[in-house]
Amino acid sequence: MLIRKNPNGIDLPFPSEITPREVYEGRRAFLAKVAATAVAGSSLWEMANREAFAQGTVQKLPATRNPAFSTNEKQTPFEDATHYNNFYEFGTDKADPAANAHTLRTRPWTVQIEGEVKKPMTLDLDRLVKLAPLEERIYRLRCVEGWSMVIPWVGYSLASLIRQVEPTGNAKYVEFTSLADRSQMPGVRSRVLDWPYIEGLRMDEAMHPLALLTVGMYGQVLPNQNGAPVRIVVPWKYGFKSAKSIVKIRFVRDQPRTAWNGIAPDEYGFYSNVNPNVDHPRWSQASERRIGEGGLFTPKRKTLMFNGYNEVASLYTGMDLKKNF
Amino acid sequence: MVFNPTPKQFKALKLVIFVLALLPFLRMVWLTAQGVPVDPVEFLTHGSGDWALYLLCATLAVTPLRRLTGWNWLVRLRRMIGLYTFFYAFMHFTTFLWFDHFFDVAAMWKDVLKRPFITVGFAAFVLLIPLAATSTTAMIKRLGRNWARLHKLIYLIAPLAILHYWWMKAGKHNFEQPIVWGSVVAVLLLLRVWWSVGRPAIRTEKRPAPASVRS
Repeated sequence: MLIRKNPNGIDLPFPSEITPREVYEGRRAFLAKVAATAVAGSSLWEMANREAFAQGTVQKLPATRNPAFSTNEKQTPFEDATHYNNFYEFGTDKADPAANAHTLRTRPWTVQIEGEVKKPMTLDLDRLVKLAPLEERIYRLRCVEGWSMVIPWVGYSLASLIRQVEPTGNAKYVEFTSLADRSQMPGVRSRVLDWPYIEGLRMDEAMHPLALLTVGMYGQVLPNQNGAPVRIVVPWKYGFKSAKSIVKIRFVRDQPRTAWNGIAPDEYGFYSNVNPNVDHPRWSQASERRIGEGGLFTPKRKTLMFNGYNEVASLYTGMDLKKNF
Repeated sequence: MVFNPTPKQFKALKLVIFVLALLPFLRMVWLTAQGVPVDPVEFLTHGSGDWALYLLCATLAVTPLRRLTGWNWLVRLRRMIGLYTFFYAFMHFTTFLWFDHFFDVAAMWKDVLKRPFITVGFAAFVLLIPLAATSTTAMIKRLGRNWARLHKLIYLIAPLAILHYWWMKAGKHNFEQPIVWGSVVAVLLLLRVWWSVGRPAIRTEKRPAPASVRS
């Protein structure tokens, strides 16, 4: 609930913001019903959304932490993770998404899954979320620009979704398309990138259990500026590989023409695995600034190969990662 | 009639500009000290670079403005604006050396030599140093005609600064701002070419002003 200060300086909600008795009693009945049934991840999702609908505020999204896929490093403050974003659909400045993304309508939302699959389908958000139990995973996020964060995401392995649609033998790559709607996304008017934003993974990368289909962070539904309502998170690659606000997932034979790789192939490779030994032409990738960790005088940290996720190394055996950067 | 401030008015105007040009610096220091910017290094680097460029353009605008308006007293503000340009460029470089490289000079050199956008930015900064160093009245007198020759370096520095900005933004394919400021610098420099080729140079105050100024 939005609390404004009244002229006397006392924090009081406006009368219009006080939840009417019928509504909160209705919610209690609903919560009781939820408690009575088995509390699985899917019902928590419904509860989160109904509650959010009733309150119009933070939409809690509880999930069980998966320690096997979580770092215990200090998490980036929520405020920083939601106010320092590259999401060019809402502007090129990193403060733009937080300022502009309120115009994004995340409901109704459907994700079209098509291409080289036996079972193409169009899933609405509620169905998508119920496909597998939600987990919390605390991942490092390394941006190609040389900064990093530690973020607790909520979602499930992308592989769980991929298995549902049964890719054919021709599916070699997965292509993700983000929403590009001028009426909701002011940045789409600029010509910085070719819209819509396309990203892609090789099939084995997409099937790796670390690749996360993500619907929440910090125990709540994804804020709009972080790629609501559904995005992917690929923690061993630079952040731009993790497509946001996904509307289409397409299984294809050939390597997709991805957004950054398409406009500047010398600077942004298709793979874009975090690699301290391969510099970006304009800056070194050997170290990174951890956002929210100290300040101006805090030394940078060394960047780790695959962002520290060495379990993915086998995906690239025999590949020259300097050439396939 | 051409506006000509009284000595008192001029002094007040100069003070106002001095304070205005200092405000961006104070704002950056204040916000950083308060921990407001999520990424303070980026905040300071971009802020100082932007203001160095704005003030560089202001410095270059003095002569054309003076010519177009007949406000010859503008030139007496130019040194201060020029020194502020250097001040923000110095802050830009210091942020790079201190907070990006933590005084690891070897790493800094590697960056300067390996990355063209840093190379040209660094060159622009180094070329500013002799201009700032010879900005005193004593140096102007001592260098005589050579002072003006030396300070023509700004015609090289400005395009280098734009190139630095352009190449930096090229990394994100975001040319909106470089186009705006590149155009500003281009107009300011082309006016000089136009005037030096086609029209007589600025007259000294004893001679009658050119027709375009008088009307």
